[in-house]
Amino acid sequence: MNYIKRTKVEVAQRVAQDIHDGAYVNLGIGMPTLVANHLPPGVEVILHSENGILGMGPAPTEDDEDYDLINAGKQPVTLLSGGAYFHHADSFGMMRGGHLDICVLGAFQVSATGDLANWHTGESDAIPAVGGAMDLAIGAKQTWVMMDLLTKKGDSKVVSQCSYPLTGIACVKRIYSDLATLECTPEGLRLIDKVQGLEHAELEKMLGLPIAV
Amino acid sequence: MINKISESIETALASVKDGDTVLIGGFGTAGIPNELIDGLIAQGSKELVVVNNNAGNAETGLAALLKAGRVRKIICSFPRQADSWVFDDLYRSGKLELELVPQGNLAERIRAAGAGIGAFFSPTGFGTELAKGRETREINGKRYVLEMPINGDVALIKAECGDRWGNLTYRKAARNFGPVMATAARMTVATVHEIADLGTLDPESIITPGIYVSKIVRIDRVATAAGGFKKGT
Repeated sequence: MNYIKRTKVEVAQRVAQDIHDGAYVNLGIGMPTLVANHLPPGVEVILHSENGILGMGPAPTEDDEDYDLINAGKQPVTLLSGGAYFHHADSFGMMRGGHLDICVLGAFQVSATGDLANWHTGESDAIPAVGGAMDLAIGAKQTWVMMDLLTKKGDSKVVSQCSYPLTGIACVKRIYSDLATLECTPEGLRLIDKVQGLEHAELEKMLGLPIAV
Repeated sequence: MINKISESIETALASVKDGDTVLIGGFGTAGIPNELIDGLIAQGSKELVVVNNNAGNAETGLAALLKAGRVRKIICSFPRQADSWVFDDLYRSGKLELELVPQGNLAERIRAAGAGIGAFFSPTGFGTELAKGRETREINGKRYVLEMPINGDVALIKAECGDRWGNLTYRKAARNFGPVMATAARMTVATVHEIADLGTLDPESIITPGIYVSKIVRIDRVATAAGGFKKGT
């Protein structure tokens, strides 16, 4: 192995690098929230929270939490100057209506053509819970996934067909991962970048899928 | 004279019946009408269908209503939480029916009910397990699933300030489901922290006009997680 994997912070930095000035962005719960800490200086981005906030700011200091001002993960947040509140139907209308530029989500699996599985492992005794995952997956102008490319067991999370229950069909545009950045197209995967030292053939072998350059 | 202000939660909830569909506002710690849920437990109606984003936390509020065995079915987007053991047990033992709905479809189905829409096509969930067996349609090259409105018999919501006509304002992200749920039920009961004299609420700031509101009850602003202010103040 002649390459070093990107850390979670480095993946967050890689995502942040592609977010344009003035973008309206929804960052999913978990790893995607890291992206907010790594936006390049001078880039002004407006964060959306599904529970009715545009212009969401960072977490407050310990004594300033307000339990009427929380994010989708139910953690206390702040509102930036210029921010706004609105009700749930407007919030999801904003999403479904294609008004958000970018949505960044975690995933269990993504197919080469952009099908997303991120809400259910398919285990029959698991209690299902979907939240805003399906609305987020198909709503934004671009849906990006941020994840490790392989499972802990070493299986590829990028697959020809998702075996986990789907969240949305052909909705993922890009995959940002610890080993490579990939684009999902109707014809399959296309390489955007990969970590130094990782051979193209090695990456294709890991995923078991062809990757166009 | 119009006066929608109720003296007590007991009076406000007196007409709730067995089998009613109850829309309950709130998301996380914000906008949960805990006092009204406690009132519903005391009121005694059973076989209820509850519509909420979640399915209760720990042993209080909605979880307590479930635990009291008063709910037949829950329609929600995210029942599973670290502390949703009351729901988990009832669901696993088959004592509680679950209708799982993507959050945006849930909000829009409630909105549709309030706006008199017979049904609508949503792209959310197309091709997934949650849309299995449902009517679909391709419109301008995009695929959609038919979604039905969710009408409530009762809506229980938490607002910030109200007047005797039933006009409501909200506080920050505690607005969430309140304004849409208020439109979708035959009877909407709102708790508020302040009652304003008629004419003193800025008409530009009224989010829910009184036409959608049946009853208002003033409650104290408790310094709890759902009270709107930081812990300990």
